[in-house]
Formats: sequence, structure tokens, C-alpha cells
Amino acid sequence: MSAGNDQVQSSQGVQPWTADALPSRRDFIRRLGAGLVVCAVLRPAFGAEESEAAHPVTVRPNEPAGFNAFLRIGEDGHVTCFTGKIEMGQGPVTSLPQMLAEDLDVSIDDISMVMGDTDLCPFDMGTWGSMTTRFFGTVWRAAAAEARAVLLELASERLKVPVSQLTVQQGVVIDSKDPSRRVTYGQLAQGRRIERHIAVKPSPKGPAQFRIIGKPLLRRDSRDKVTGKAVYAGDVRLPGMLYARILRNPAHGATLRSIDAAALKGIEGIVLVQQPDLVAVLHELPDIADDTISKLRAEFDPSPSRLDDRTIYAHLEQASLEPKIVAQGGDLQEGRRLAVKRLDATYLGSYVAHAAMETHAALAHVEGDRATVWASTQNPFGAREEIARALGVPIPNVRVITPFVGGGFGGKSFNLQAVEAARLSKATGRPVQVMWTREEEFFNDTFRPASVIKIQSGLDDAGRIAFWDYEVRFAGDRASEHLYDIPNHRTTSIGGFQGPAGFHPFPVGAWRAPGSSNNAFARESHVDQLASLAGVDPVEFRLRQNKDARLARVLRAAADHWGWQPAKGPSGRGLGVACGADAGSYVAAIAEVEVKEGRIAVKRVLWVQEMGLVINPAGAKIQVEGGITMGLGYALSEEIHFKDGAIHDTNFDSYSIPRFSWVPKIETVILEADDAPPYGGGEPAIILTGAVIANAVHDALGVRMLEIPMSPARVRAAIAAKGTAA
Amino acid sequence: MPDTVSFRLNGKPVQISVAPSRTLLWVLRTDLGLTGTKYGCGIVQCGACTVLVDHRAVRSCSVDVQSVHGAEVVTIEGLAQDGRLHPIQEAFIAHDALQCGFCTSGMILTAYDFLRRHPNPTREEVVDGMDDNLCRCGAHVRIVDAVLEAAAAIRGEKLS
Repeated sequence: MSAGNDQVQSSQGVQPWTADALPSRRDFIRRLGAGLVVCAVLRPAFGAEESEAAHPVTVRPNEPAGFNAFLRIGEDGHVTCFTGKIEMGQGPVTSLPQMLAEDLDVSIDDISMVMGDTDLCPFDMGTWGSMTTRFFGTVWRAAAAEARAVLLELASERLKVPVSQLTVQQGVVIDSKDPSRRVTYGQLAQGRRIERHIAVKPSPKGPAQFRIIGKPLLRRDSRDKVTGKAVYAGDVRLPGMLYARILRNPAHGATLRSIDAAALKGIEGIVLVQQPDLVAVLHELPDIADDTISKLRAEFDPSPSRLDDRTIYAHLEQASLEPKIVAQGGDLQEGRRLAVKRLDATYLGSYVAHAAMETHAALAHVEGDRATVWASTQNPFGAREEIARALGVPIPNVRVITPFVGGGFGGKSFNLQAVEAARLSKATGRPVQVMWTREEEFFNDTFRPASVIKIQSGLDDAGRIAFWDYEVRFAGDRASEHLYDIPNHRTTSIGGFQGPAGFHPFPVGAWRAPGSSNNAFARESHVDQLASLAGVDPVEFRLRQNKDARLARVLRAAADHWGWQPAKGPSGRGLGVACGADAGSYVAAIAEVEVKEGRIAVKRVLWVQEMGLVINPAGAKIQVEGGITMGLGYALSEEIHFKDGAIHDTNFDSYSIPRFSWVPKIETVILEADDAPPYGGGEPAIILTGAVIANAVHDALGVRMLEIPMSPARVRAAIAAKGTAA
Repeated sequence: MPDTVSFRLNGKPVQISVAPSRTLLWVLRTDLGLTGTKYGCGIVQCGACTVLVDHRAVRSCSVDVQSVHGAEVVTIEGLAQDGRLHPIQEAFIAHDALQCGFCTSGMILTAYDFLRRHPNPTREEVVDGMDDNLCRCGAHVRIVDAVLEAAAAIRGEKLS
């Protein structure tokens, strides 16, 4: 389907993007035509605190100046909202209109969304960190409430009654003393061009007034996605476009020494681009480009890297970097003195791929000093800046349009493919699509960094944790604090999340709840070991060590829903428990496993999540199920094998992600907390999968898994080691 | 060497001049403009490129276009009839059986072939039948629910 073709039309309130409708950015708002436009201003540093971008955005757009969310009410009463957030499966295409429908008092069917288009949408830092509802949603709702207030003022003038006498139902303002007197939002917007800029003072509805928030709604993009109509970056077509296949290094750190393109001579329609750091063959058919790239004879000097997936841990442990104290309290020396039983352990976590089903894709059309790029990206504004820098053009000359994104998980905050497409379009003078092969995806991915976490701890003579000395290397600070009531403690972080430049043998980056899963795996495994050492049931042990009401609530709810029978571990039942906090939410999980010949089968998982106010309970449940399921991978199978800069896992034949047959019976419980603000949804739901399975394996076998993934070989080795020890 | 390949595509005859050894996936996505069929791995590991050839699920990344000469090919765009969604599509919507949607075309067409062969499957049979299709978002539980409901709908039953 070509861009601009009717087939791109969406029936589900998702606006299509068309090549023939490119706006001139200066009349950004004017071109929206008649109607009421409400712009909301957020605090300036909004979203800056948790950037996951590979290249942080340094320049804010001047136009549209100074606002971050806006919506337009057309003469027909239809509401169009514009946001720099993107839809990658996590569901804002449903939850954002749901919020607007609530606070604006319109039907959700009268709302459509324009997302991730840098010419049409206000600036946004990026879609990550479970921040769409948590931070952006609050302002978004306030903007809707303000828009409603403006409409009520207009209605008050029109109907000549005070605002206090007006009510709104589904976009119709009604005089409560004479319900026959009414005016629609569309009528109020008619023949006008009203532009209101407001500094947002949050005054949206409270839970008692909710009609739509909190109601489970089905996804609004499903119809397009089940009929093949949904457009992703790789589906956009432009006349005269070329498909590129890029020459890749055999290893990270390898350098191109020589290239012989003689074999390409005579292949019809092939375009060769040869730049010092970018060599590509292009053709009007992607498969021909793909066949042809293998005919290039390239020689490389090898990578200087001498690390592999086994020696990496020593590399991480030996790194001498300034430690950062994340938290501390009491007196560690005193704690060590009080400890009558010591327990020290080291926990390892491998490099893990994002492996979204959609590989990175972009279509770039560079014309003179302007560029339009359709990209699968989590941060269109970041991509815009990266592209502008690569092309040497002013940032506003680049428009990035984000169609549906086929999964991100942090991996699409890195926009190399968009830069490649733009450079190749500039070089060839034609629109160019770059869609990475799965092999390129595994090579260019910014993996979740491998990590080492060392914990020293001890129990006092009452069986309580006397001290906790926690050192995390390269998993980052996020969720590294211990959560519990421990008198003497210290949490130290070394290397942050990504480490210094060049420290890892290849690029690393944010991966769903960055660092949180590794920290939860180490902490909850260790607390479980301490419970065993104390001879106390692991739920009871955690509750005894707890002083946080929200943590206690999720743990107790998990035990209640499961029908937990207390027993000290290992009980032989194969039951594990874990709890944690991430992105403002609290989670607890209980799992049951069966281990046969080292292979862990997860039979049942119960997940309790308290995430504050829930906008769409159906969407929240899906995110929890998705988190648990995706988490089975990093827990059981996913790890990148590599040596001397070469990535040995290049496709799904050796890199094994969760399958239908792995998925346990899943029960999700989302606890009501409507009076609290909304907290994170998509990320907290993945952080405990590793820990809860490790604890269940220990409960089954008495074997402690200290490294994720818990592959069959590792489980068998641990069983053998235990046999030897006994 | 280009050759003429003819087949029925989504109910309509097509005749294209194309190098016969080209991959069906890319001919569909580029020459024929049907982008609902997705590239995910290129080596028959993920199922995102699944189409129906004479009602059987085929990984279009791994077959030549000439292999469908004379055959009936259905892609995700051709599954709905006269604007009416297929019961599997309806069930995927009703169960929110997707997130990012990139594996969805392949899931639905794999389920179509599976249900043709197993009109009254157990849950375990659905899991087994779908096991070679990958989903990264973790919609698995809902996909199984949707396939079971679609099976009932096709049989003319209504699942509670």
C-alpha cells in the first residue's frame, strides 16, 4: 500500500499519515482549520529524568513553542488529540482517549489520535519508563479538564446562563434548569478559530465521578491489526523508492580493510553506496538487494575485543570505577558484629536481546535540505535530531512520522536505522527503506547489559536480617534498594546502567524496566535464602522484615489468592514467592514449578500488582500477562553468546524466546488504589519472573540458582554440584 | 529470468512477470503491495510471514513465488469476506489477543489452518498447534483463548 492510498485509512480512530498531506510546520496550528485548539503546558523538564535515549535530545523544538499536549475540537464535535507518544503494543491508543473521554465528557468514539509525528505533535522525550500514564497522563487529563472549562465558558455566553448551571453529556452542554436548551461542543467550535494556551493546573475528576476511567475497554487498534491494515514503518511505500541492504561488520570492533564490488557489475538496477562508514547495496526490490550484498567481497581487520560470554563476568567484577552509594543506614560494622549467621552470594545476569517481532525499519525521503522519515522508534523527536545531525540540516527540517511500532521494550530508543535510511536517501536522491534483517537486529541491538550483584548479609540471634551490604555492578540503581526493614544496610552501584563508553564489548541499552529485573532477581533470591537460613516460611519472613504498607498489601494479597500454606523452604513443593517495587508500583508473585532433567516447567504464576489508579483495567491486565510471559525468557533461556566482538546468536533458531508451550496458568490480581495517582504498568510486571522461578526451583530441589537464565545445563550443573557437596 | 506466474490471490486472479525463484514474502510485500504479511526472521522460525496456500499455512519467507503457480493464496488482507471478519479475527478482537500486532497476521492464518484440521481442539492441542509461532509481547494466553472461541464459533457453538 502506498502512503496516501486509501488503504492506509484506519477505522479505529487512529489517524493515518499521508505523504501528500505534509504540513508546513509554521502554520502547524492554523492548518488545523476552524475549531477549538487547547494547548497544555507542562513543567519544562518533563520526562527528562529517566531518558532511555541512546543520544539524549539536546534541542527542544521552537515550534510549536512551549506546550506538550494539545487537542482540537472540530466543527463536527470530533476530538483529535496530538501526542508525541507512540503505540508499540502497550496500549496508549486506548488509554489516552479513555482519559480524554472522561475529563472532556465526550464519547470515546468521537476521539482520534495522532501519535509520534514530529510536525503535528508537541515535543515528547520518548515512550519508555512506564511514564505515559504515570506522568504524561496526569497532564493529559488536566488538559482535557481545562478544555472542558473553556467550552463551558463559551456555552455560558451562548446560552446566557452561568457555568454553574451547565452540565455536559457526551459532548453536549445542557442547561440543567431547562434541558431543552443545549449546545454541542461542535456548535461551540463552529466558525471559530480559538486558540487557548493554558498552564496546566491539574483539576480533573476524582474517582467518585468516573464514568469511563476504570472501565475495561478493548484495544482500539485491533481491527486494523487483525486485517493487515495497520501500517508499520516497513509497510510505507513511496514512488521510486529503493530498499537498502547494508554491509555489516562480522564483529563489534572489527574494521573494514578492503572492499571489492566487481561481482556487482551487470546486476540490473543495483545502486552501490560506498562511504567510509556506510556501505550499502540498494535495489527496487528488497530481496534482490539482499541477494546482492553477499556478492560484495569485504575484508575486515579483527576486533580487539577478547571477551566472551564466560569471561565477561570477571571483566565486570574487576572494573575499577567510582562506586555510588544509592542508600545506606545504621552501622554496617555493628550489623556484622550482630550477625550470628552469615550469608554471602553473587548473582549473575547475561546480556539479553530485545527481539521485538518487528526489526528496526525506516523509510527516508530526503529532498534538498529537508527530510521526511517514517521510523519504528520509541522517540521520534530523538530520531529527528539524530537524523538532522547526520544530514547536517536544521532540526526543524526533518519530520519523523511514527506508524505503529511492532514492539520496542527499550530497543527502539536507538535510531540507527533511521539515520542509515536518511543518509542513503541523501546519497541516492531517492526514497530509501532500511529494514534490518533479523541477523542485523541481533547484531545491532542494544542488549540489556550483563551484570554482577554481590550481597553480603547476616541474621541476628532473633533470626532477623542484621545487615545488608549490596553491590550492583552494571545493572544500574533502579530498584536496587532493598525495600525491607533492615537496621544496618548499604546499597552501592558501580558503573550505572550502561557503564562507561566502550566498557561493554558492544552497545547496551534500556531493556523493559532497566536493571530492575536483575536487582529483583538478586535481592529476592537472597532474601529467600535468608528465610531458609532462619527456618521461616518465605512469606512470613518477608512480612516480618517489612515496614511498608503497600508491600505488605501485595504480599498478603498474593498469599490469600494463592491459598498459601506456610512452610520453611525447601519444602519440596516447588513453590516460590517474590515481591518488589518499580516505577511507583508494588508487585508480588507466587509461582509453581516442576523440574525434569534440568528443564524448568513453570506450571502456575499468580501476580498481584498495585499500580495506583488504573485507567483501563483490561489494558493493565494484558500488560501484566505480557510481562510475566516475556519474563520467562530472561529467566529460563535468553542470553547472548559472543566471542571477540562477534555475536553468535543471530536468529530465533539459537536465541530462544518464550513459546506457547512455556506459558503457565497465569492469574493476575490488580489491587484497587483509585485514590492514588497512576503508577507504572508495563515494566513492573516483568521484574519478578526470574526471582520467583529461582525461588520455586530452590523450593523444589534445594538447589539455588545464582545465574540467569536458568538454562537446563545450569540447573543440571547446580544439581550435580549439590550432590557432590552432600 | 522473469517468468509469468499465475495464481489466485485473495479470491482474484493475478498474473505477474517475476523471476520465479523470488521469495513469495517479498513478492507479496512489494510487487503486490500486500504488507499485512510480515518479515520476522526469514528462516522459518517465527511465523510472522504465514499465508494460506490452498488453505494450508505456509511460511512465505521460505517458498519461491513459482511454487504457488496455479494455487489459491490467501493473505491476512483476504481473510474477511465482503467486509465480514472471519471468526478468528473476531475472536482476536474480543480477547485483545494482540499487543504490537506484528505477529498477528501469522497467528491468525496459522490458527486458520490448525482449526481446519482440528475443528474441536483441546487447549493443549491449540498450544501445540500454535507453538511454532512467536510473539514477543506475551499475548499467548489470549491467543489460545481466541482460537478456542473461534473454533466454537466456526462449529456454530457459543462459548460461555
